[in-house]
Amino acid sequence: MSRSSIMPGFRPTIGFTLIYLSLIVLIPLSTLVFQSFQLNWDDYVHIITNKRVLSSFRVSFSTALAAALIAGFFGFIVAWVLVRYSFFGKQFFHALIDFPFALPTAVAGIVLATIFQPSGFLGKLLIDTFGVQVAFKPLGIVMALIFISIPFVVRTVEPVLLEFETSMEEAASSLGATRWQVFSKVIFPNVLPALLTGFALAFARGVGEYGSVIFIAGNIPYVSEIVPLLIVTKLEQFDIEGATAIALTMLVISFVLLLLINLLQYWVRKRSGQL
Amino acid sequence: MSAVTQPINPAKLVARQQLALQDADWLRWSLIAIAVSFISLFICLPLGLVIVKALSKGVEAYWAALSEPDTLAAIRLTLLTAAVTVPLNTVFGVAAAWAITRFEFKGKSLLTTLIDLPFSVSPVISGLIFVLLFGAEGWFGDWLIAHDVKIIFAASGIILATVFITFPFVARQLIPLMQEMGSQEEEAALSLGASGWKTFCAVTLPNIKWALLYGVLLCNARAMGEFGAVSVVSGHIRGLTNTLPLHVEVNYNEYNIVGAFAGASILAGLAVVTLVLKTVLEWQQANRKGDF
Repeated sequence: MSRSSIMPGFRPTIGFTLIYLSLIVLIPLSTLVFQSFQLNWDDYVHIITNKRVLSSFRVSFSTALAAALIAGFFGFIVAWVLVRYSFFGKQFFHALIDFPFALPTAVAGIVLATIFQPSGFLGKLLIDTFGVQVAFKPLGIVMALIFISIPFVVRTVEPVLLEFETSMEEAASSLGATRWQVFSKVIFPNVLPALLTGFALAFARGVGEYGSVIFIAGNIPYVSEIVPLLIVTKLEQFDIEGATAIALTMLVISFVLLLLINLLQYWVRKRSGQL
Repeated sequence: MSAVTQPINPAKLVARQQLALQDADWLRWSLIAIAVSFISLFICLPLGLVIVKALSKGVEAYWAALSEPDTLAAIRLTLLTAAVTVPLNTVFGVAAAWAITRFEFKGKSLLTTLIDLPFSVSPVISGLIFVLLFGAEGWFGDWLIAHDVKIIFAASGIILATVFITFPFVARQLIPLMQEMGSQEEEAALSLGASGWKTFCAVTLPNIKWALLYGVLLCNARAMGEFGAVSVVSGHIRGLTNTLPLHVEVNYNEYNIVGAFAGASILAGLAVVTLVLKTVLEWQQANRKGDF
């Protein structure tokens, strides 16, 4: 079992780890699976194919996708600027990136709702100038999820950009590449796997996000109702079966998506020669 | 062909290479402008708004909102939750990191994946699973009612859900670090006759202390700020099962804006303190790497 026989403490630490893991994570999570066994297939299909449930899935996944894409784009620019350029206040902005991680989601939720609601500071501005309403629409959910997603993208891309050897850029440029060619053929392919990881983390977090979304979303059925909220609503109506069926479906879809993204990442790494 | 016959101006070549290595000024400044306005819009503005709204009716209204009994009860419950959660998950994190990085065994990568599992579960689902276990209709529901034990809609349920949510934080900081460090230093101490416990305290702990503190810090921030999971198991009973984030929600939904943002200002302050400490710890870790 243990390679270095001199090292003590394997039995107590692994024992504690396994017991604690089982008690806190594995047994509670398995209830979700066992509970849904009590449903027969027809009931399950009936719950999931309900129009309101389907539209909440559509809202959750499409807003999380849009937010992860936008955060991926801007997050890359932010990471690039923070690594490559120097400007006044850079350290300050650098420290701020983690703020959405540290700020409790409920606070983020009420703040974003206050800013973007039709009478709010930015909400009014957007309605008056562009006629776009953000709050109580899917767009509001996207805004909240972008806020949540920023650190995921920036913090995964940043270390890769930092470690990227400028000698590769020098080699490319001495062979006659233009700046755009250096970026698109040398830098970007090397950063892409990290960017995909950041995107995947942001997307996975966005699908399950609750606190920062519910205040700005307005939670209008068929329009801006997200899956986590529907689970809570079902629970509050003591519809345990409905809540369980929706939760399990969401969990399975998220895991499958994460698996697919991991495969994609593996493929990208292999193609760019990082494996 | 023509490129070969043309005389090459070395200065021009160097200039061209420089162009390919550096971004043009206009591009650099516009990217900086985009990045700075993006961060300002999504991060600075929300932070500033919390303070403005909390003080919108003056400092006295702010203090009144904070010293309300329900707010104080919410703060107490939040502190209690963190006080139970953080030590538990810290002990677990150290034990798991020790077992995973100091020994070889079957299923190690599976174990590492399972430890990360709570990160990929929606907070609402994290709350739901405890309702399924301990709720009135849950697996242990009848037994709990018969013995008059309350977990759901009580502090213990809130603590359980928080322990689940913050489960991976400390382990996640320690495992990569201890993996990278290797076990030579500990083996040396052990072969010189130090006991296992002494080796851990005198050799391992000083090496991992900054990463450990970092993990504890993140775990604490999340424990105090968790909303989704806690909101499912709490039942929102004022003064009893409202943590500070839930108290903020209740006040906001009742259009008590000063009350909501007064609570929010404490949580935002907590986030700022967390960020400052985090930056300090990152410096310490960087310095420590420089020691080698």
